[in-house]
Amino acid sequence: MQQFANPARFLKIANILLPYIWAITAILFAVGLYGALVTTPPDYQQGETVRIMYVHVPAAWLGLFVYCLMGFFSAVAFIYRHPLADAAAKTAAPLGAVFCFLALVTGSFWGKPMWGTWWAWGDARLTSMFILLLFYLGYMAVWNSIDEPTRAAAIARIVALVGVVNVFVVKFSVNWWNSLHQGPSVIKMGGPAIDKSMLWALLTMAVAYTMLFLALHLVSLRSEIASRKLRQARLVEIGNR
Amino acid sequence: MLQQALALIARDIALARRQGGGLGAAFGFILSVMVLIPLAIGPDQILLSKLAPGMMWLALLLSVLLTADRMFQQDFEDGSLDVMAMGKLPFEVVTLAKALAHWITVSLPLAIITPPLGLLMSLDVSQLPILFVSMIAGSLALSLLAAIGGAVTAGLRRGGLLVSLLVLPLYVPVLIFGVAASSANMGPSGSTPALIVLCAITLMSLVISPWACAAALKAYLR
Repeated sequence: MQQFANPARFLKIANILLPYIWAITAILFAVGLYGALVTTPPDYQQGETVRIMYVHVPAAWLGLFVYCLMGFFSAVAFIYRHPLADAAAKTAAPLGAVFCFLALVTGSFWGKPMWGTWWAWGDARLTSMFILLLFYLGYMAVWNSIDEPTRAAAIARIVALVGVVNVFVVKFSVNWWNSLHQGPSVIKMGGPAIDKSMLWALLTMAVAYTMLFLALHLVSLRSEIASRKLRQARLVEIGNR
Repeated sequence: MLQQALALIARDIALARRQGGGLGAAFGFILSVMVLIPLAIGPDQILLSKLAPGMMWLALLLSVLLTADRMFQQDFEDGSLDVMAMGKLPFEVVTLAKALAHWITVSLPLAIITPPLGLLMSLDVSQLPILFVSMIAGSLALSLLAAIGGAVTAGLRRGGLLVSLLVLPLYVPVLIFGVAASSANMGPSGSTPALIVLCAITLMSLVISPWACAAALKAYLR
């Protein structure tokens, strides 16, 4: 791990990997979307609306996964004081927020025909997912409102770690409380409850979303490192005057 | 260690009593909400008594939030926090003591005053005991979570908006289970499950808050 944390080496590896990751993302999306929209059968109860699942479920997974990742990076930064970990957490936040927002919007499109309502405030998973979005926004607000980068990083780490508690609440909300939202049907005891004809498309889409996140994260991490270098160079220039 | 912590709490209580302001403003806020809601919604007794527990929790929550950004600011600006950070007492205990002092001077009095005010919204009198219990149990969590917001924004000039953005998501569980415990018609097992979860949230914030506050304040003090 440590040897990849050197910014220069990281940039070198990222530049080599990025084209391949983009290519894999494009192929996976092409296959996954074709499967999701064309070849998979409509559900016997939900009909064609079940196709929303293929964009909704991976977005929700990524929304949670990215926050976990952010918590992990923050913990690494907290323990080892490594600046690249802070940058990784910082650049992951807006991406995670978008996935979280997508999950809420597509879920709402799905909820209207299935539950008869766009939004249900009494529902534990919807509410906790919305709180997750607020945590993302709060985390980004910390970075925006504190000018000095090292101080902002120190504060943001704590905000991210405090928010990790909510991730568990989101994950288990459907198990703990009676909910409109269905229980877990892919990762559970006794194997997935989804038919194989649908499962492969769902999993392909999930991997495609993850690769997309990886690609976008590498790009924004690259630009974050560049902007730090720019800041350093400016400071040096001011110092030399 | 306990003695030092108690001395710190006593200092904060004395400061709060002599300066005034915080509690008075928060109480004024709750009172005005309680008076304005019936005017805004109309004098429908049944509707009002249905809304009462939720509205009272909301008023309590927002009034505590109003005081959050000042929790550490003053001590940070006049340098007292630097002294406390250098003292023998672990800094986590310092922040815990300050949060407890905030609870004693602001949240607890508000939690005791608020339920009777519900009578302005034609609250059912039989609901008063459970409201007292749930609000007192929840108010400690409110203070501890407000401390996180206050610590994160201690060194900022205009931290007010950031405090609300950071603390509101933390307050949502307290609000949900507080209201669930307070509204009596919750099913066969009554309000006990929600009350237990509320206590669990309070205990969990008791663990997380001092650590988070200390870490955030240290970033400003360095």
